[in-house]
Amino acid sequence: MDQSNTFRSGPDEDGHFGTYGGRFVAETLMPLILDLEAHYAAASRDETFWSEFNDLLKHYVGRPSPLTFAPRITERFGGAKIYFKRDELNHTGAHKINNCIGQILLARRMKKTRIIAETGAGQHGVATATVCARFGMPCTVYMGETDIERQQPNVFRMRLLGAEVRPVSSGTRTLKDAMNEALRDWVANVEDTFYIIGTVAGPHPYPALVRDFQAVIGNEVREQIVEAEGRLPDTLVACIGGGSNAMGLFHPFLDDPDVRLIGVEAGGEGVETGRHAASLTAGRPGVLHGNRTYLLQNDDGQINDAHSISAGLDYPGIGPEHAWLHDVGRVEYVSVTDTEALAAFQLCTELEGILPALEPSHALAHVAKLAPDLPADHLLVMNLCGRGDKDVFSVAEALGVEL
Amino acid sequence: MSNRIDARFRRLAEERRAGLVTFVTAGDPNPAESRRILADLPRAGADVIELGMPFSDPMADGPAIQKSSLRALKAGQTLAGTLAMVAEFRSGDDATPIVLMGYYNPIFSYGVDRFLEDATGAGVDGLIVVDLPPEADSELCVPARACGIDFIRLATPTTDDRRLPSVLRNASGFLYYVSITGITGTRVGESDVVAGALARIRAHTTLPIAVGFGIRSPEQASRIAETADAVVVGSALVSAVEQTPENAAAAVSELVEELKAGVLSARGADRGGRA
Ligand SMILES: Cc1ncc(COP(=O)(O)O)c(C=O)c1O
Repeated sequence: MDQSNTFRSGPDEDGHFGTYGGRFVAETLMPLILDLEAHYAAASRDETFWSEFNDLLKHYVGRPSPLTFAPRITERFGGAKIYFKRDELNHTGAHKINNCIGQILLARRMKKTRIIAETGAGQHGVATATVCARFGMPCTVYMGETDIERQQPNVFRMRLLGAEVRPVSSGTRTLKDAMNEALRDWVANVEDTFYIIGTVAGPHPYPALVRDFQAVIGNEVREQIVEAEGRLPDTLVACIGGGSNAMGLFHPFLDDPDVRLIGVEAGGEGVETGRHAASLTAGRPGVLHGNRTYLLQNDDGQINDAHSISAGLDYPGIGPEHAWLHDVGRVEYVSVTDTEALAAFQLCTELEGILPALEPSHALAHVAKLAPDLPADHLLVMNLCGRGDKDVFSVAEALGVEL
Repeated sequence: MSNRIDARFRRLAEERRAGLVTFVTAGDPNPAESRRILADLPRAGADVIELGMPFSDPMADGPAIQKSSLRALKAGQTLAGTLAMVAEFRSGDDATPIVLMGYYNPIFSYGVDRFLEDATGAGVDGLIVVDLPPEADSELCVPARACGIDFIRLATPTTDDRRLPSVLRNASGFLYYVSITGITGTRVGESDVVAGALARIRAHTTLPIAVGFGIRSPEQASRIAETADAVVVGSALVSAVEQTPENAAAAVSELVEELKAGVLSARGADRGGRA
């Protein structure tokens, strides 16, 4: 890839973004991953694939999602002009559905008859169960026992949608273990099963195809901000679990050097405490779940537990394209703590009448630090990538309120 | 290089019997007992030893080996500790091949060059790294072979004739045929299906073929040993460790002896493995 001209041409044919990415999977899965790659390459050249995708995004998901000026937050922070990209208004309440629509269309092209997925917050699980219901396919979702406890409403939603939710009791019982378990299922059911990965991680081609399906976010923002303000934004901010909503927002802007891009990781109880999920801020390169990327790990290369109040950010890795964008310096990565995210959650609810998910509350918490020092004509777009209904129990607990 | 693996498979071929390959996790249930288990394996009947390098996220393993890895890590096992175990074993046994098996991240974290230097020094003969397919050969396979360490490849039911050549390209030592599509310790392939797969693979390679994943009983070992050059048993052994942690070495030895009897009962002395 010619790094001097563009940041948008990755990955190379072996799935590398710089030294990150790749395909680190067991031999049993290799033929399947190569097959998926070939099918995705064919689909992405096929007009009918994209027209079906776009049609479903419009009529089923409800896209385009609005770009909303946030007047009272803007006033409160007293600096930059703040817009929210409202992906929480999508059907199922988060950006996750964009990717699920794309992947289930691929699964159908590949004549697969069974879907599996991993989920942390349950948003990706709900989105997967939803497209499975829509297309009449059986669905199994792996979810860590810890996450099942803190995301009960989503567990019930998945079951209502007809999905089987399999609790994962291995390891730390969170997202990474759910992903291990989904990979184990896939290895055992290679003939009929399609694995819908929920973020820009996993072996090639997943990081690329999930990004391509999520890029609708950034592409819409480009048009909407020009319509509203007559020019491109100055700063984009998004939260990062695996990095799919951020990559979807950032990718269309990577080659606009004047657009500042900031990814916000979960700082948990504080990066200095060791209880956090900030892989880029505090991790180092390693290999997990099929790709090389920054990982939270100990000196012996064992993966550390991640910690975040937000189940959707509670992952010890990050998509490989982010690892590369970090190293080449195109995107800045910062972290905010649980406490800061909670405060932002409450502020957004009180001032804008929007209940954000705890994940984008992290993005807003960073906006709160950034915006006051910026001039009033500075255009800042934050990805409000999920709604907070699923989080009310966790928030109540954190605030010491009994429901 | 010495090549204990080639020597061992040559001897098995001369003796017209299949070998027994035993997998245990280094450091399970604790470092001291694990050293005893390892030291006793050759006497109990192991022809080749696979020693697991525990990893926190063993994606290709079933519950038995997952738990075994976590026990070892909890007891403080590190990759450096595993290499030291091999070196200690080697001071008393210079013939039994040792193959380290695991996942790439601990090795990558240790540093590939340093790892290969230390592994060579300790007397490691081969490596099986589950999440390094042939597409990633430049990571570890090629450098390992340059140091005289065999890189043992896995072939599976999804490895078709088109893909086999790339799997075999840099393979050495022996080939590990995974008898099922699935994780370790769950079930074993039907012996006639396995026999068919081995015949297909042997059209592409002269490497000895070990068959594993899910073989638990002497009877299963015996059936697979009819056609395979070696039989791999892992989950059954680490389950024995789980059940009798305080006396694991004896429990493992006993099971290995039974499995060995199963393997030896497979073929008459006048029949070779390669029909
Ligand atoms: C609303 C929301 N935002 C963000 C994330 C984190 O994922 P990603 O970084 O891939 O966008 C999740 C994951 O569950 C989520 O539900």
